[in-house]
Amino acid sequence: MSSKTLNISTSPHIIANVSTDTIMLNVVYALLPVAGFAVYSFGINALLVILTTTISAVGTEHYLCKLSKKESTVGDWSAVISGLLLGLTLPPTFPLWMAFFGGVIAIALGKFIFGGLGYNVFNPALVGRAVLQAAFPVAMTTWYPAMALDRFSSISTSVLSTPFMQPTVDVVSGATPLSAFKFDNIIADSSDMALGLISGSTGETCAVLILLGGIYLIIRKMMNWRIPVAILGTVIVLSGILYLVDPQIYPSPVFMLFSGGLMLGAIFMATDMVASPITPLGVVVYGAIIGILVVVIRIWGGLPEGVMYAILLANAISPHIDNMIRLRVYGTSKQTKHD
Amino acid sequence: MSAEDKNINQGSLQMANAKPSTDEFIKGLWRDNPVFVQVLGMCPVLAVSNTALNALAMGLATTFVLLMSNILVSLLRNFIPKQVRIASYILIIATFVTITDYAIQAISVELHKSLGAFISLIVVNCLILSRAEAFASKNTLGKSIADALGMGLGFVFALFCLGAVREILGSGTFFDIALFPSGFQEWVVMILPAGGFFTLAIWLLIFNVFKERKQKDE
Amino acid sequence: MTDTSQTQVLERPKSTPMLKAMVGIGIACGLLIVMTYEGTLPRIERLKKEALEQAIFRVLPGTVTTKTFLLSDAQKLEETTSDEGTLVYAGYDGSGDLLGIAIEGSGQGYADIIRILYGYNPNTEKIIGFYVLESKETPGLGDKIEKDESFLENFVALDVSLNGDLSTIQNEVVPVKAGAKENPWEVDGITGATISSRAIANIMNESIQYWGPLIVQQKEEFTAD
Repeated sequence: MSSKTLNISTSPHIIANVSTDTIMLNVVYALLPVAGFAVYSFGINALLVILTTTISAVGTEHYLCKLSKKESTVGDWSAVISGLLLGLTLPPTFPLWMAFFGGVIAIALGKFIFGGLGYNVFNPALVGRAVLQAAFPVAMTTWYPAMALDRFSSISTSVLSTPFMQPTVDVVSGATPLSAFKFDNIIADSSDMALGLISGSTGETCAVLILLGGIYLIIRKMMNWRIPVAILGTVIVLSGILYLVDPQIYPSPVFMLFSGGLMLGAIFMATDMVASPITPLGVVVYGAIIGILVVVIRIWGGLPEGVMYAILLANAISPHIDNMIRLRVYGTSKQTKHD
Repeated sequence: MSAEDKNINQGSLQMANAKPSTDEFIKGLWRDNPVFVQVLGMCPVLAVSNTALNALAMGLATTFVLLMSNILVSLLRNFIPKQVRIASYILIIATFVTITDYAIQAISVELHKSLGAFISLIVVNCLILSRAEAFASKNTLGKSIADALGMGLGFVFALFCLGAVREILGSGTFFDIALFPSGFQEWVVMILPAGGFFTLAIWLLIFNVFKERKQKDE
Repeated sequence: MTDTSQTQVLERPKSTPMLKAMVGIGIACGLLIVMTYEGTLPRIERLKKEALEQAIFRVLPGTVTTKTFLLSDAQKLEETTSDEGTLVYAGYDGSGDLLGIAIEGSGQGYADIIRILYGYNPNTEKIIGFYVLESKETPGLGDKIEKDESFLENFVALDVSLNGDLSTIQNEVVPVKAGAKENPWEVDGITGATISSRAIANIMNESIQYWGPLIVQQKEEFTAD
């Protein structure tokens, strides 16, 4: 797999000889500070959740490869990324048995059923999260305050709840900035949000570290910079217009940018190489669609957060985006463009 | 789809000539199961299989309509000109659906509420029209009854398979009786429409694995 | 194309048997439906009435007899026996004293329109009971509005007293976060069902603002025999 990567991007075709493994490994490097901060701000609970999803994702990949009598593809690091990303989008005190289940779903249903890496229609981590959100909505929206004093000394009973049993809620539920805005009209402090001193999913809180990880990948040319730029740009413009119309009702663009999973989603999930379009213009359209959906779901939707659904929906239409703006083959007329 | 239908039709025709009615009954239950093999009537299968009771009620309602329409179509098969046969079948089916609708309301308002619009939608369940067209219009009354009962109970069986799994996982109950000690974490997704798709996919997988094994053995 | 049209001309199917078959089946089917309708109608109506009465008993605890009142176009409440129009239901205890009025309200929930019935006592000007008639809220989450005991406790004595000139209620019914209830006109929400529990408070607020003044101003209608 590694050396024979088929390049399906449009020209130019002469690019640095980078294999899938190297790219994936670098994504893991970029994610590690984010995961590290998650553990720092949410303690042992977050560490356990992230470890569980990663182990279950890698284990599922390995087991399914064995089951279908293929060579194990664990070595390409993609399952590690899916597991890490899934763990980073879960609440810090998420029960481990549910997290394990999510890792299995992410790989089995999100990737393997389509034929493995390179064939997945959706971002596997988000498929896992979407199923968890639908199956265990209460656990998925039970938040834990950041920087709790006992975060390194005690493990929440919710994390260790018996498989198939409801988690016992022992935590002081700390509302996320988005749910506080949606239900109580409270706007959190922007600098707190940028630095990650807020409640939320384990890895989505520190926008600065996520941005740094993204910049690292962009500099190493291992990520399509157009996608995050298009997403974040659309969100800024759209929420900016709404904010100018009525600052009483609509939150400021800065709030929109730093709250919830937008940063993590825009930089690490929407950029999934398989599930995003391949043409430069297609990528921008794709990003803009995600941006619009995020703003629409957050402001007018029933849920406080919509990044996950926005990305999954855009994943679903990304082949069609490419198809619609496909480059015309030189020398052919417009009519013959669609074969 | 049409090619497949033809195969099934031919199959049933051949059997109709050679084999007794009991065979018509068995085939719907298992070998030609309307849901797991023919994949017919998916709308009610996915929509009202969220509890075992709903699934059972829906399956029995469909079986009743199927049985009555098969009886009438078979009795009238020489009377209905072929140009208007589909219109006549639909008329017959719609009548029994309306009757079922009233009957369920009279049995329990609660049940009627939870089955909702899907009772009226039995009329467009392709299973019923396909049995009328493919079987009852060409076979004797006795065989048509056996066919309707087999197909109908096969449908009940399939719906019940889905409903039981979805209710047990989604609500932790079976026919409203709690199965687990309190504190069981319900898998809410299983009662939602998405859970219907998941469960159906897994049952289809199981059926296909069985079928493949059997073919290999033969 | 020409071939088929020629054969059609030659073997044009007769329309009489078709007509006979369709009309025959149509009449038979029509008769069957009418018979079933007539046969099941009394029982269906009885069941529906029982379901409504049960709901009234739930929102007005202790009710023995009920009376139905119609809101006329002139905003007058009159006793009625029909089931058409805008209706409220008064419940009385064994000795014939008015316990309260059951009022229907509806509004947007999380999934779809929620229809509720609530009991209103015009003497104490309080909401004394609540029942969900119809909701499609998410099972396990939004449907807690029907089961969550601490949520239902909100509606044992929810203060909706009118202001001095009886034109509207003094304090709007406001939804608050779970456990944050401080005043008797606030509704404690449900953790994990924020949207649905808020919807109930808002439906009630809107409905009681309309009905509260109407009912209190015509209170004697309900006690007159």
